[in-house]
Amino acid sequence: MIAILDYGSGNLRSAERAFATSGHDVVVTSDANVAFEADGLVVPGVGAFAACMNGLNAINGSEIIRKRVSSERSVLGICIGMQILFSHGNEHADGTPHSGVGIWDATVSKINAPILPHMGWNSVETAKDSVLFNGIEDESFYFVHSYAAKKEVGKYQSWTTHGERFLAAVEDGYVSATQFHPEKSGSAGLALIKNWSNSL
Amino acid sequence: MTLSIRIIPCLDVTQGRVVKGVNFTNLVDAGDPVEMASLYDLEGADELTFLDISASSAGRETTLDVVRRTAEEVFIPLTVGGGIRSVEDVDRLLRAGADKVSINTSAIARPQLIAEIADRFGSQVLVLSVDARRARTSSGFEVTTHGGREGTDIDALAWVEQACALGVGEILLNSMDADGTRAGYDISMISAVRAVSNVPLIASGGAGALEDFAAALDAGADALLAASVFHFGIHRISDVKAYLAKHNYPVRTTPAK
Repeated sequence: MIAILDYGSGNLRSAERAFATSGHDVVVTSDANVAFEADGLVVPGVGAFAACMNGLNAINGSEIIRKRVSSERSVLGICIGMQILFSHGNEHADGTPHSGVGIWDATVSKINAPILPHMGWNSVETAKDSVLFNGIEDESFYFVHSYAAKKEVGKYQSWTTHGERFLAAVEDGYVSATQFHPEKSGSAGLALIKNWSNSL
Repeated sequence: MTLSIRIIPCLDVTQGRVVKGVNFTNLVDAGDPVEMASLYDLEGADELTFLDISASSAGRETTLDVVRRTAEEVFIPLTVGGGIRSVEDVDRLLRAGADKVSINTSAIARPQLIAEIADRFGSQVLVLSVDARRARTSSGFEVTTHGGREGTDIDALAWVEQACALGVGEILLNSMDADGTRAGYDISMISAVRAVSNVPLIASGGAGALEDFAAALDAGADALLAASVFHFGIHRISDVKAYLAKHNYPVRTTPAK
């Protein structure tokens, strides 16, 4: 069973349906026990970094994520759900960056590009031994964001470029994350979801 | 690693059906929105836009249902516009499955609505739809409302600058002069708006020949929206992408199904 963590980040209907195409049962939940016990936990996220962290902490989400990772249970962060896995984010931060869940030590910062948000389909320099991108190395995925992590963290890194180079995905044992939206990336996105869910 | 240009079919929806007319009159029924959305996804549409042109609250409920059914079947981004007046309206559409909303008339009536939506859901959900035409404002382009039927005397470029400062994430620029004519996008209007904005720009109105799509990109558009040329089969989305790829524009090619 795959749980999609509901912490007030709006529409999860299409994410629910997209993950269901993998053949797994999917539940949208804000219940800590359900989120901890699931075979895989998806952490979505829209909106600003700090607002997302507030929503996450209101359901004890940081704790659930850390506990899953230390118990070798898979977690997949998507978009802002990827960004909040880092230690810090400086979106709308005056001086001191906001704290994230802290799985990876890096600060999520604004992309240096003439046109923002980075919105649309972009290709990815995929990590050689990536599980997520297996068989879909040359596809494009749908991004919509203005901030990104730019530091090499985790076991496998996949990158994309818009103005500058930043992380499109990280795979690090039981915790993975994509800056793009696989649930909005058509058949390529569904293939990535299948790759992840097959690894559970 | 290049961001692809986006081709976006727009479906004008009322009573749960797709319609599109020339210059917003003489509406002609062109099909079921969910079926058309699936078809366009298969043909390589990079996003979909629904414009709700129904006038009643009953019509809007029907649209919410269309959005729900589409979001459950089609896994590409969906923007919905038309009749959005409040943060609550945005919330309902996002919960139904829309990824972005576009606003126009209500933002002109109360610009602070832009900041309210951006603060609550983030700029990335908010598309400013600008229906502009040539007129005697300072830049020569005037904003219109109510689907192009009413002028505002508001200068289109000044409005774009104000809206960007308030927090829109994208601009959908629709030329009221070119809309439905298939005589080409309004190139000078696209260039003028590009020059005063740094969010993605979707050009709309006037797409006819394949060269028209390339010309709008050259003028600074990041994405191209069209309706009638796709609905009536004058071009398939795959034809437009093949043409643009041949001329070295970055397009997303979709895997064979």
